[in-house]
Amino acid sequence: MSDLKTCPDVDLEEFIEETVKVYPAKVAKKRRSHMLARTAHGEEEQSINANARTVPGIITQRGCCYAGCKGVVIGPYGDMVHITHGPIGCGFYSWLTRRNLFKPGADGKNYSQYCFSTDMQEHDIIFGGEKKLKQAIREAYEEFKPNAISVHATCPVGLIGDDVVAVAREAEKELGIKVLAFNCEGYKGVSQSAGHHIANNRLFTDVVGTQDKPVEGYSVNVLGEYNIGGDAWEIERVLEKCGIKVAATFSGDGKYETMTYAHMASLNLVMCHRSINYLAEMMVTKYGIPWAKVNFIGIKSMSKSLRKIARFFEDPELSKKVEEVIAEEEKAALEAIAPHAANLEGKTAMLFVGGSRAHHYQDLLRDLGMTVTAAGYEFAHRDDYEGRHILKDIKIDADSRNIEELKVSPDPEKYNPRLTPEKMKELEEERILKHYEGMIPDMKSGSIVVDDVSHVELERLIIKLKPDIILSGIKDKYVIEKFGIPSKQLHNYDYSGPYAGYKGAVNFAREIDMMIHNPAWKLAANPFKRKPLLSAELGSQA
Amino acid sequence: MLDHTTKEISQRKALRVNPAKTCQPIGAMYAALGINRCLPHSHGSQGCCSYHRSHLTRHYKEPVMASTSSFTEGASVFGGSPNLRQSLKTIFQVYDPDVVAVHTTCLSETIGDDIPTIVKKAQDDGIVPAGKWVIHASTPSYAGSHVTGFSNMVKGMASYFTKESENKVQGQVNVLPGYVEPSDMREIKRMVREMGLKPVVFPDTSDVLDTPKTGEYHMYPKGGIKVQDLVQTGSSEHTFALGQFSSLDAATYMDQKAKVPFTLSDIPIGVKSTDRFIQGIMDATGAEPTASMLDDRGRLVDMMTDYQHYLYGKTVGLWGDPDQVISLAEFLKDMGMKPVYVVTGTPGKVFEKRLTSILKDEPYEPVIAQSQDLLYLHQLVKNEPVDLLVGNTYGKYIARAEDIPFVRFGFPILDRAGHSYFPTVGYQGGLYLLSNIVNTLLDRMDRDAPEERFELVM
Repeated sequence: MSDLKTCPDVDLEEFIEETVKVYPAKVAKKRRSHMLARTAHGEEEQSINANARTVPGIITQRGCCYAGCKGVVIGPYGDMVHITHGPIGCGFYSWLTRRNLFKPGADGKNYSQYCFSTDMQEHDIIFGGEKKLKQAIREAYEEFKPNAISVHATCPVGLIGDDVVAVAREAEKELGIKVLAFNCEGYKGVSQSAGHHIANNRLFTDVVGTQDKPVEGYSVNVLGEYNIGGDAWEIERVLEKCGIKVAATFSGDGKYETMTYAHMASLNLVMCHRSINYLAEMMVTKYGIPWAKVNFIGIKSMSKSLRKIARFFEDPELSKKVEEVIAEEEKAALEAIAPHAANLEGKTAMLFVGGSRAHHYQDLLRDLGMTVTAAGYEFAHRDDYEGRHILKDIKIDADSRNIEELKVSPDPEKYNPRLTPEKMKELEEERILKHYEGMIPDMKSGSIVVDDVSHVELERLIIKLKPDIILSGIKDKYVIEKFGIPSKQLHNYDYSGPYAGYKGAVNFAREIDMMIHNPAWKLAANPFKRKPLLSAELGSQA
Repeated sequence: MLDHTTKEISQRKALRVNPAKTCQPIGAMYAALGINRCLPHSHGSQGCCSYHRSHLTRHYKEPVMASTSSFTEGASVFGGSPNLRQSLKTIFQVYDPDVVAVHTTCLSETIGDDIPTIVKKAQDDGIVPAGKWVIHASTPSYAGSHVTGFSNMVKGMASYFTKESENKVQGQVNVLPGYVEPSDMREIKRMVREMGLKPVVFPDTSDVLDTPKTGEYHMYPKGGIKVQDLVQTGSSEHTFALGQFSSLDAATYMDQKAKVPFTLSDIPIGVKSTDRFIQGIMDATGAEPTASMLDDRGRLVDMMTDYQHYLYGKTVGLWGDPDQVISLAEFLKDMGMKPVYVVTGTPGKVFEKRLTSILKDEPYEPVIAQSQDLLYLHQLVKNEPVDLLVGNTYGKYIARAEDIPFVRFGFPILDRAGHSYFPTVGYQGGLYLLSNIVNTLLDRMDRDAPEERFELVM
């Protein structure tokens, strides 16, 4: 492992110490624990603070629990009606802004273009909004006849004591369809992450396993894949080409019914560890369906993930097919990215993205010969940074203690171990199953890791490390680009995609090349230079 | 596209579908960005702030800065005072704004945090550095809309900065431009200046949300009304308040507090409302429009008559924020078009009253509705289609579903370029708006014309 080529003069430890000095003393101490410089030789394990309270006033990128629940995990189910119980903003801002693409199934039900809200008014805050919510659910059913309805609580709902779970239960009885209530008030936890957990819990207790429908062949569920810009479709294309059937995707292009029998599949593939690891773990315990961490971003990691699946199923025919697909797809993708990789070799990138992409995309950047100088998550936990083996050391702090941890045991009827205990152990030891190594071990010495990066920290990183591109979100994009540095949005892909799979890698390579080498960047500086009139007389160098 | 929207108009009592409004704080954040060296601050949980920054960014394709109190569950139960104090400490030390403009959310409003008291204490405790300002506006999301939030923050600016003054500065006038684009604020400022007056425009987001790319990032861009000008608002001779929903409260406040009389007029979109704006200035100050302004006016009327045959009798469905929609409907009427459906999500009976009076002599029954949504508008269109839709980006789904030409107008526009650079106010803005409307209709004629009727000159 070598130190970084592009910023050889930067003492990273010193940079971090100087950066936190901009803060009041107590804040400095806190923020120091959320940053680390990868050590010179990257051997020993390094630890970082994460999933802690946001410092008020610091200018964070973070969102809330509601966004994590409704916006991320539940919203993509396009054949359901999702009702936001709250004033209008929450529903409005999460209306079509995450690009979780959806194609309706045979029943034609598609509510993904709609925004549903109880639009709470002052009267509802004072006298309670339960009646209005119940009426709204009824009206939604009468008008739209969805396959299921979800109800999402927002900040004031918890405070005024509306019992959304009770309302949903009554409505479910009355209407005869599933009505799922989520207590995902925005103030819960410290970030979107709490919302993921709350969403996972309800899907696990009320949806998964409610219908037994045999799933044939080499069947997998893809967990934590939200079909941004069509990612899930590209993943499914490759898997099906290999002869692997996707039973359910949580939740990209998701249909309500597919969740109900997801427990019948053979293997869970976990793409976004942060948002869905709860469900993966609970499904192992209750139904005996194992999970494997995969990364479908990047050419080599796509192939590696396919080989993991082949290893699990242990069928020579399948393995052969998988190798054929890998050979064919890799060749085409490598040829297509080659001219771009030639342009991008040695360029540096920083990544500040939610809870998984800051790691996933490092594989793809490596495919392009690029170097990551800094990376961080908004809301990931220590296991996403350091690997799951540190889970036992994580202490849940006061701000996240009220997020329910479900007690799960094997289902007396539906528990069906897919592997013998010996085989399970073997695959765990091979790090095929139940393993996630985290982002930090994957990063080079000489790079920086920053959790919940603040505006001032981002500015200082830009000025000091001068990256060629920064992969981040909408709030940062134009800040970064004012500096003259291109910024690719890695949440919504700048309205492009897919970026997953082999074809996605090619799309990504083309767009990164285009962004970095766009001729317009060179026009930013003022071209007009006044001739120094007196320079001859004074002999100035100007 | 929107396949589940029925022709039958649904009678909904509780369910809002596809809103034609959003919540207060984003309007307050936008207004606060119109103060020079100001950091908007959202006193609530951080999701709101993130959503509001993101949505403004999607509209402007520009950095949008704001901080948040980042409430946790504990703060939500015991009050957000410590969060606001911590915020102010960090903000002033790290980001050094001249003004922090605090707005609230449904969370802090429901628990009843008393911002002035918390801020006063922070000032007494030395958390707010000398010479720095912390202003605030209450912006509960469960009342009104983003327009209400804008209005509340503008009133907040007046209530913190405007002082009574005996010495009026001759020729100095306050201008409250209303909830319009940076380009509109620039154009309004230009017009008032051209009439020989010294306008104090607030808020003023020009040169804040339309900054140049130079390779340098400035957290506080050069635009925005400066504090030194805001504290002079009490010395102005007159206030021109544009848009009743956006600007009336602040104008009334300044009149009561500092005896600065005001003239309320519509946001000057189209010929007549721009005429009234200018007439208001003439009446109050004696200033005259210049020859070049009259030329602009003449060019706009010229274009309206040049293209009348494409416009006459065309039915239009429009929606958006009340102040804009009132003026726009009148402009469309003056072009010979028929605004048959006029909808806003923002509550307020004034909307219906004003539009009814504007459209009262038209030979058709327009549907005019406040507190309504885009599902309702779509159902109206399904019952009786229109020739043109005019409104924000969310209308693109209706336009596609019903195959209707569509002009983007208002807030937010998330999927097209240019809206923040080209004004729609004043006579010049009218030219831009009208060319958008005419060209959209002409594009559609070109698309639909049989080959033998496809024409070179239109």
